[in-house]
Amino acid sequence: MSTTNFTRRGLMKTGAATGAGFALPTIFTSAASAFTNEPTGDTVTFGFNVPQTGPYAEEGLDELRAQELAVEHINGMGDGGMLNTFSSKALDGTGLLGKKVNFVTGDTQTKSDAARASARSMIEKDGVVMINGGSSSGVAVAVQGLCQEAGIIFMAGLTHSNDTTGKDRKANGFRHFFNAYMSGAALAPVLKNAYGTDRRAYHLTADYTWGWTQQESIQSATEALGWETVNNVLTPVGAGDFSSYITPVLNSGADVLILNHYGGDMVNSLTQAVQFGLKDAQANGKDFEIIVPLYSELMAAGAGENIKGVYGSMNWNWQLSDEGTQAFVKSFGEKYGFPPSGSAHTCYVQTLLYADAVTRAGSFNPCAVVEALEDFEFDGMGNGPTLYRGADHQCFKDVLVMKGAENPTTQYDTLEIVEVTPVEQVTYAPDHPMFGGAEASLGECNPGA
Amino acid sequence: MKILGLSAKDTRFLLIVIFLTLATPILLQPFPEGSGLATFNAGYPDLMQRFAIFGIFAIGFNILFGLTGYLSFGHAAFLGVGSYTVVWMYKLLDYNVVWGLPLAVITSGIFALLIGFVSLRRSGIYFSILTLAFAQMSYNLAYSVLTPITNGETGLQVYSSDSQVLLGASEPTTPHFFGIVMRDNFWQPNFGGWQFTFNNGYYFTAIIAIIVFYISLRIFRSPFGLMLRAIKTNQTRLNYTGINTRPYTLAAFVISGMYAGLAGGLMAAMDPLAGAERMQWTASGEVVLMVILGGAGTLMGPILGAGFIKYFENIFSKINDQILQGWFSWMPDWLSGLLIEISHFFVGKSWHLTLGLLFMLVVIFLPGGLVEAGQRIARLFKKKPPENGGKGSDHHPQPAPHVAE
Amino acid sequence: MDAIILQILNGLDKGSAYALIALGLTLIFGTLGVVNFAHGALFMIGAFVAVTVQRFLGFSFEQIDPDKTDFLGNPLKVKVTYVESWFGPEVGGTIVDWSVPVAVLVAIPIMLLVGFVMERGLIKHFYKRPHADQILVTFGLAIVLQELIKYFYGANPIQTPAPSAFKGSFDFGVLVGFDPNAIIYPYWRLVYFAFAVVVLGAVFAFLRFTTFGMVVRAGMADRETVGLLGINIDKRFTIMFGIAAAVAGIAGVMYTPILSPNYHMGMDFLVLSFVVVVVGGMGSLPGAVAAGFLLGILQSFASMNEIKSLIPGIDQVIIYLVAIIILLTRPRGLLGRAGVMED
Repeated sequence: MSTTNFTRRGLMKTGAATGAGFALPTIFTSAASAFTNEPTGDTVTFGFNVPQTGPYAEEGLDELRAQELAVEHINGMGDGGMLNTFSSKALDGTGLLGKKVNFVTGDTQTKSDAARASARSMIEKDGVVMINGGSSSGVAVAVQGLCQEAGIIFMAGLTHSNDTTGKDRKANGFRHFFNAYMSGAALAPVLKNAYGTDRRAYHLTADYTWGWTQQESIQSATEALGWETVNNVLTPVGAGDFSSYITPVLNSGADVLILNHYGGDMVNSLTQAVQFGLKDAQANGKDFEIIVPLYSELMAAGAGENIKGVYGSMNWNWQLSDEGTQAFVKSFGEKYGFPPSGSAHTCYVQTLLYADAVTRAGSFNPCAVVEALEDFEFDGMGNGPTLYRGADHQCFKDVLVMKGAENPTTQYDTLEIVEVTPVEQVTYAPDHPMFGGAEASLGECNPGA
Repeated sequence: MKILGLSAKDTRFLLIVIFLTLATPILLQPFPEGSGLATFNAGYPDLMQRFAIFGIFAIGFNILFGLTGYLSFGHAAFLGVGSYTVVWMYKLLDYNVVWGLPLAVITSGIFALLIGFVSLRRSGIYFSILTLAFAQMSYNLAYSVLTPITNGETGLQVYSSDSQVLLGASEPTTPHFFGIVMRDNFWQPNFGGWQFTFNNGYYFTAIIAIIVFYISLRIFRSPFGLMLRAIKTNQTRLNYTGINTRPYTLAAFVISGMYAGLAGGLMAAMDPLAGAERMQWTASGEVVLMVILGGAGTLMGPILGAGFIKYFENIFSKINDQILQGWFSWMPDWLSGLLIEISHFFVGKSWHLTLGLLFMLVVIFLPGGLVEAGQRIARLFKKKPPENGGKGSDHHPQPAPHVAE
Repeated sequence: MDAIILQILNGLDKGSAYALIALGLTLIFGTLGVVNFAHGALFMIGAFVAVTVQRFLGFSFEQIDPDKTDFLGNPLKVKVTYVESWFGPEVGGTIVDWSVPVAVLVAIPIMLLVGFVMERGLIKHFYKRPHADQILVTFGLAIVLQELIKYFYGANPIQTPAPSAFKGSFDFGVLVGFDPNAIIYPYWRLVYFAFAVVVLGAVFAFLRFTTFGMVVRAGMADRETVGLLGINIDKRFTIMFGIAAAVAGIAGVMYTPILSPNYHMGMDFLVLSFVVVVVGGMGSLPGAVAAGFLLGILQSFASMNEIKSLIPGIDQVIIYLVAIIILLTRPRGLLGRAGVMED
């Protein structure tokens, strides 16, 4: 604990020493600047908009840690982390285009309104050029829309709904995190090997847009295997007690339960499903199985023992053995004393990718940055070779299929990697019907001013 | 001096409010940019707009709660209805707010009429729970089943595929009022490090806020307002004298619902997105807190309360370690470390705690809300007994009788 | 048929939680006339007493296990709990396993104390204040309490499993002549229901059959007269507040294996418990309990697929819909008295 404090204080001191002046906001005004919040002084400001209160607060705080780390690395402090393994060598640890990187933080409260208020204050008051972070798709879509209107870049944090880079895609918005379609496509072959092709699935789905897109994706992926979908029941968000949705599963003729829940809902529905004996039950002459398509480490910790043997998918996990992952885990772990979560990773990578794009473009102009990021291919960021597709601003990379570990040795390895599904299997066309079809368009990049 | 049918004192009061409202961009920017205290500046468009909008919301709520004593826990529903109406007008017609705002007031008025008609059949906490139930139903449905209308969790927004039949070729593609774009600033001077932002949207809401404040002032001073206060004091006695109080309370309910709808509409006018969370019980509770915190039944209280809560939400939540370190960097290491650790309890991710503590402190020591604080300070300076009829002290909330009595 | 029985069981279980919270809320309201928005927070604190007991029993020292390595490649530190090292893995393991029931015993004195402190330190000063002030101050307190919990325990749900003896399910159907496995119900949920019945019964018996209870009931009906009779009603009311807090607290402890505790669970239950109390009728203890079970069962039925497919989204609004219907047909809820909280 004391070492953590020490390093954090170290950063804070340097941060304070360098962060004397904040860039002045220039939004929508002076004709002198070519785009919103053009940095004029010797600093440039990033906005880290994460949930600090509400149910996803822990995830948000982990994102914040990673973002601080990323800024540190861009400014040339610390051990450089993934900058050492990143395939693009544009960033050299001297800040961005000769400017020191500064950051401001805000609280999204996991509410679209509060997130937009916080983002607007960053844009209008603090003069940020880029906003990064967030832990839910509703917030991501709302903030992405705002950044598009205001003329700055949005680098999405954790957002898994197809809509973020589907029907709600925006030219100024970019997503590194994977999505519901990819979860389904990655899980399907593993499920086929583990549970066969003759299965009957029962879905419990959180009743809001993310839940629906995930359910739709998983249903189509599993039905392609030959599975039958018995029922899809929508459950209220934050229901707490899911017993009245779980009891009908027992005698429904299903032999697989798919929980399209996230966060506290996932912890509760999984815990209660196990309590009702679903994991030990037999149905149609087979062992009954539970699947949680989207996993996160923090939720896995919350679900405790119940997660053993349950399949799910992840964007990234610290247990990967590639160079980039090791470099990131090392610098994060040494600074904070525990391994980073998947949401921390995506925010860290997004911040570096933005910084790299600025350097390669030679400008903070959002349109130049968009151009630099579109169809950008890179490696060394923990996910293998990755493409930032220009058509929808979605990253395409390998997807991890995870399973609850049978014998975890510490509280951090409750999940184990079962398979790394190659990128080809999870790629789809930009006009895929689940992603808004042919109608979906990025629109024009907006530099503001 | 008397204008617009107001007494001399009210005229002075109104002029002060107008001055404060119009000078907000300067008043809320007391610290120069780049100084350590610039974090506390609140004079940026989004927050100023929010002050005005939630001021309107709270002023309207006060007409119901402050005057009649009926405590509604469902006013956020009208806020949401107003927002959805305005965004739908963007989607169907164009970005001019002139279509949406009046319609927002009308639709929320209709909703308020329906909900009020049913809920006002009961009083006291039974009324509160009825309004809460209606609002929570609206929220839950808007979040899930009604997604085709509300766009659910994501929030209703304008897509390029929307019809927007009135949209002209050269028309701005963000909310505007006959070409005056809400988010643009018309003047952004910098005086020796002091940065001021004069924003179209803020002045648009500010002018509306002044108008509705004037209306509420007239309601407070009217026979109708007197009747509402009589209802709060003793409804039973009124009933015995043969007066049917229901039309009065319903009128107050609908008026306050329309205020809420206007506020919701303005939120969408400043930022073209309408989210379902606006209708959640916490949002209804927030306006209750604003009014009580500021001083229920006073004219100025609700505005102060709204400003207070929004300020904490937006400013305190943004204070992070980097900023704290900047403040305390001149201190010895052990002291700054200690102060930062202590500050962790109150700022950044813990801003809720500060808010909760302040609620408690205000209500324990200032039963009349923030307005009472102002009065006490004024009394200190005047050194004479408080004159009856100052800012709302004539309708100071009376302690309710104990239930067991 | 079996589906309906299962939903009734679910409803009784949900209802138990609602009734226990509503009971405490009504006690405080009925005896003290205080609208306590911090009551949900008391439930939450109870749940975190369970977490604390679990952690306390799990207090451990680190042993370095040279055979394994941690995520940074350093030798792994294995945690061994003190309880296990003192009593041996068997007995120690059992104690840790039973942390939730142990927590009930710990929670009673803690919650009584929390209740006393709250009443003497804060609520006492608000007896004569308007209900709006009571709401504001207790709401502020609720926020402070939940933020303190968040500060020390984080925002994530924390797993607090039931003792392994109660894992698994009871085949309820066989008892009443169904096929095996048609109606199975988790043991812990049955325990929770039984526990709720016992607590509710104990509180009612206490009020009904003891002198103390008689005085309190008299005080609820007419506080002034009881005071004039020279009875120190204040002291008894303080004790009542403590009891209400304890009921909420142990309800929270026992609920943790069903709902993993998180810092905002109090707020989640707050609105619901107020609806329950009001539907039952302000100031009526039997009303609160009846409304709790009624709303629990109706909510379970509304969650059935057959009903959801008829009326989409009904499970999201059923509680509020029922509340509206009851309040419009019965002006003071199920069993409320006239004149209470109507002004």
